Amino acid sequence: MEKIEANITTAGGYTGRRMVKDKLFKYTMVFGGLSVIIAISTIFFYLAGVVAPLFMPAHVEKLNPIAVPATTGQSTVHLATEEQVEIGMRASDQGKITFFDLRTGKPLLEEKAALPAAVKATSFAAGDLRKRAMAFGTEDGRLLILKDDYKVSFTQDPKNPKKDIRSISPFIVYPLGNEALVLDDARQPLRKLAIQNDSQETTAVAETEDGRLLLASYTSESDFSGESVTVQRAALRELTKVQGEISQLLLDVKQRDLYVVHGGRFVSHFDVQDKSAPTLKQTVAVFPEGERITAATLLSGGFSLVVGSDQGNLVQWFQVRDADNVNTLTRIREFKPMAKAIVQIAPEHARKGFMATDAGGGVNLYYATSQRLLSESSTGGDKAVIGGFAPRANAIVLETDKGVIQVAHIENEYPEVSFGALWGKVWYESYEKPDFIWQSAAANSDFEPKFSIAPLTLGTLKAAFYAMLVAVPLAVLGAIFAAYFMSQKMRAVVKPSIEIMEALPTVILGFLAGLWLAPFVDNNLAGTLLALFLLPFSFLITAWIWHRLPHTLTDRVGPGWEAALLIPVVILVVWVAFALGHPMEAALFDGDMPRWVSNELGWTYEQRNSLVVGIAMGFAAIPIIFSIAEDAVFSVPKHLTSGSLALGATPWQTLFNVVLLTASPGIFSAIMVGFGRAIGETMIVLMATGNTAVMDFSIFTGFRTLSANIGVEMPEAAVGSTHYLLLFFSALVLFVFTFFINTLAELVRQRLREKYSSL
Amino acid sequence: MRNWFKGGEPWIWVTGGAVALCLVAVYAVVWMTAARGLGHWWPAQLVETTVKETDGRVTRLIGEVRDEEEVAVRRLRESGYEIKTDDTYTTRILFKQGNRDVYGVDFRWIPTPLLAEFKYPRDLIAVERHEWGYFFGHLKSVKESGQVVAEGDAAWPEVQKRLKRANDLFDQILSIEKHDIGKVNYQLERLRLKQRKLELKGELTEAVRAQIDAERKTYDEQFAKLQTRLDELRTQNQRDSLTAEVQNGQIIELPFAKIADIIKPNDMNVAQKTAHYFGKLYEFIVDDPREANTEGGIFPAIFGTVMMVLLMSAMVTPLGIMAAVYMREYAKQGPLIRVIRISVNNLAGVPSIVYGVFGLGFFVYFLGGNIDALFFPEAHPAPVFGSPGILWSALTLALLTLPVVIVATEEGLSRVPRSIREGSLALGATKAETLWKTVLPMASPAMMTGLILAIARAAGEVAPLMLVGVVKLAPSLPLDGNFPFLHLERKFMHLGFHIYDVGFQSPNVEAARPLVYATSLLLVIIIVVLNLFAIRLRNRLREKMRGLEGV
Repeated sequence: MEKIEANITTAGGYTGRRMVKDKLFKYTMVFGGLSVIIAISTIFFYLAGVVAPLFMPAHVEKLNPIAVPATTGQSTVHLATEEQVEIGMRASDQGKITFFDLRTGKPLLEEKAALPAAVKATSFAAGDLRKRAMAFGTEDGRLLILKDDYKVSFTQDPKNPKKDIRSISPFIVYPLGNEALVLDDARQPLRKLAIQNDSQETTAVAETEDGRLLLASYTSESDFSGESVTVQRAALRELTKVQGEISQLLLDVKQRDLYVVHGGRFVSHFDVQDKSAPTLKQTVAVFPEGERITAATLLSGGFSLVVGSDQGNLVQWFQVRDADNVNTLTRIREFKPMAKAIVQIAPEHARKGFMATDAGGGVNLYYATSQRLLSESSTGGDKAVIGGFAPRANAIVLETDKGVIQVAHIENEYPEVSFGALWGKVWYESYEKPDFIWQSAAANSDFEPKFSIAPLTLGTLKAAFYAMLVAVPLAVLGAIFAAYFMSQKMRAVVKPSIEIMEALPTVILGFLAGLWLAPFVDNNLAGTLLALFLLPFSFLITAWIWHRLPHTLTDRVGPGWEAALLIPVVILVVWVAFALGHPMEAALFDGDMPRWVSNELGWTYEQRNSLVVGIAMGFAAIPIIFSIAEDAVFSVPKHLTSGSLALGATPWQTLFNVVLLTASPGIFSAIMVGFGRAIGETMIVLMATGNTAVMDFSIFTGFRTLSANIGVEMPEAAVGSTHYLLLFFSALVLFVFTFFINTLAELVRQRLREKYSSL
Repeated sequence: MRNWFKGGEPWIWVTGGAVALCLVAVYAVVWMTAARGLGHWWPAQLVETTVKETDGRVTRLIGEVRDEEEVAVRRLRESGYEIKTDDTYTTRILFKQGNRDVYGVDFRWIPTPLLAEFKYPRDLIAVERHEWGYFFGHLKSVKESGQVVAEGDAAWPEVQKRLKRANDLFDQILSIEKHDIGKVNYQLERLRLKQRKLELKGELTEAVRAQIDAERKTYDEQFAKLQTRLDELRTQNQRDSLTAEVQNGQIIELPFAKIADIIKPNDMNVAQKTAHYFGKLYEFIVDDPREANTEGGIFPAIFGTVMMVLLMSAMVTPLGIMAAVYMREYAKQGPLIRVIRISVNNLAGVPSIVYGVFGLGFFVYFLGGNIDALFFPEAHPAPVFGSPGILWSALTLALLTLPVVIVATEEGLSRVPRSIREGSLALGATKAETLWKTVLPMASPAMMTGLILAIARAAGEVAPLMLVGVVKLAPSLPLDGNFPFLHLERKFMHLGFHIYDVGFQSPNVEAARPLVYATSLLLVIIIVVLNLFAIRLRNRLREKMRGLEGV
């Protein structure tokens, strides 16, 4: 008795454990099932999360006033910060340079520029912001060039050995020596000034008190120790007089172009590349009569001119080269106007962004390429008279007309991106017209990145289109034959062959397409096109011949073997086509059809073109379409077809009127899935096209697809850069697109399956 | 005729034609890869002839005929050749003239009308070098320390003898460079990291430091010893050289130290050629690549592919089977299962490059970066798991191949007859037991099928790997003799990427082409064999289940 009880309890315990195990097993499996959903949504949300910041507006902190002691009786002409946004620098019109702590406003160093004794400064100019050169023009026609510079040193933190303490100390250097250079031999005060300085050459342009416009060029050589510099004035020229009062002089960083803002609304462009022969190229009216230029600046790189008016309008101009190689200053785009008259426009140091301030205290950040107004903020009412960006464009510093300095940090990593910049035509610097361009990087540092997704998207669609042109007829027709007409024995050969076809790595197809097929097609273009043209007819002709053959012969081969009979025909036709190809090219196309295409038809011809990719990618897309379509046709309930046949319809009529009608959603879904495959295919496109981003649909040119672009550029993109995020964006576009297509295809198939089971 | 058309007979033939065309295309691709890949190691005859150059000179040409094609005379004339013919087409021949260091280019297309008669002198030698590709020429003499020891006919036996010695020395040098020095370097790096780790923790006491320094000293000594040994071997290997006359009449001296193999292809019989062929084939499989991957073997690529695929299998199989079991055995018809099916389809349909981007961002930078920050602060700023590597590649491909396993397993499960499950349940087994003890074992061939298909897919996938861990040349294998033996963070080489890289990124594509075909062939063979195996397995299962259905 006891024993039995013990047995029961163990059995009970055992059963309990079994139940627990059963539950555990179930939950594990549920997790497995859900993991699929988790995987696909993680991919989506991760990609979307990475990409999201691209479309966020710039974030500007509230402008924060800091207590920098004001300079009485002097006005500020320049405000800047060093790289780390720890120290600010203010230059006054009298040559006083103050370095101050950007958090507390505490002055760190005050120094007077080494102007000649008892000589007053009358003008100021800042050169390219990245080179940090500044200059004062004096009342005796001289010029002093100086730079603010910072020494960074690290010392170990005594409290935490892992950390280093960074200390930055500011100082002033005089790249051309601390002797002022003579600019005007007549020693007139310099009223307006523009300079650019680099290691070999310094160019200065000045308007003198008596209204002359002078251009001086200096060459400098430092001795070996680097301590003393000998400076020579290489050229001094007087420029053509311009109408009206000169309000601003702008010299580009390459020291080639000079823009003079004068007469209220005019800008004159001088070509000063040859310092001994500067010429006035053009004078343009930037604004209509009645509107006045109140501020102008050159964007980084010195190519674009941004001009603001007393009505708050902002426009961008740059030189555009026309067909005759003549540069014309052209109005490129306007920006969203500000409320009041523009006071100042300050460019970013490295990108094509700028800040504009208006008389009502508004502070707007813009980006030129994407034509975006990034943010609007305000000083709180006071007019900001002068300001500037930190070198990394992560902060701005301003001074109001009350002499208060305000600082704000900025988060503005991706200003280049806007809907228009991604999908529309953009007029990039040094281009002849607005265009769709993808060019993510270049060797020079003042490069304007060109992020137009449009040519890549078009390339993707073009690739898929040509692939589908090849794949859809072959796969769908093939699937119909295989599912409906083919004999069982042949099926046993065909199905595995199609599976092998699907398994062939695309890298091998791409390699063959790029290194074998492309040169082959190039050399046998006529033959290739002829083969494509002849094949369908050859099938019909074979069918006719077969039909005319005595039935005693044809009956030996049962129905369902047509495909096998056609294999030698295909081989023969292809061989004939290529044998005829060269004589045909000789007779019709002067012996070289690609050449004929480009010369006579005027179409661009590339060796690695859409025809080659179409064939290769069509090959890759066939099996997937084939399998799904075959499945759809094959699973059409048999009683439907039997009924039709019994009523006297031929097999083809049954197929056409009954089977295809029923299976058409399945075939549609197969084509969708194949299309999705072709959209995302990378290796074939990468290897079999030239990967140039073009905007045409010609069969004889290549393209660059989104996927190939990711494959090529991803390894080189800097993590976190706009470029990197845009590549993620391309991936997201591909994901969403294929997700849409595949979901649709799957829903169609689920519906179809239900329909079949109800039939 | 009208009735014939109306009856639809011709359209049936058109659909049949589509199938025929597909079949021809598949087998043409396979055949072409095979034909081009297999021929690579067969010693080609060396041709000696003359060619009329564009400037009118007639020069001698020694080399292999690599390719021939028909080309428009017009194209040739445009590129400067003077061809006296009225035909529109002629042929041109691709010559491999070798000796890249002497002539600058080693491949030339030459129009056939400019070539004189082909001769095949028996004394021509083809030298496979460790650098600069092949060398072709007439053997002149053999030298030892600069003194001629054999000339003319006597030179050949001497060449073979000395080549053997040089190759032995070369192997020794290679072994020291690769294994012994590699090991010492690995240990030194390990010590550096150990020291840095202790430093960061603040546990680096004087005693520990002294111990580490002592250890480092022993390794440094080992290193120095190996270095002297290397220098010795290298000097020994400098002893012998041979001289040969190349096509422009120059006599070139080749040190044996730089020679991998020498043959006289015009003086070999079929047996010798066959032996040579298989020797080279063997080298192809087991050797490391040389000369920017355009010569030598592909062992690291094979090894990397296999490693990655195995890692991937370990991750994808359980998850795939679990998902399939859930979908087939547990899930009820409803929106959830529909969503899961849509997800599976989407996983299968998302472009592979998107997986690469996801893998790079999520696995490499996000997961890897955090792992580095948590567990490998000593390596900072060099990334350990925070840079592309084999683990992340395997994980990415596991995601990519998940649907393959799910679909195959599901189909296997669906073929297990209901009667089996019902029988088991009726005998009192729980659902888990039923599945574990009866259904899953019966469906195991289907799981195998799925796994094999997943492997085949992963072996051929390149696009995502380019982003998450594949490199053109990995300095060390992900599995080696240094603790902890399996280095999951390492980058690896992959057959598919090798094809892309050598075929398209290599500076000398023409020289690399045969090797790419051979690699492609290997990859195709692997994949076709795996697929055929999977297909057979699946068919066997279907047969078996069909037999059971009546039970």
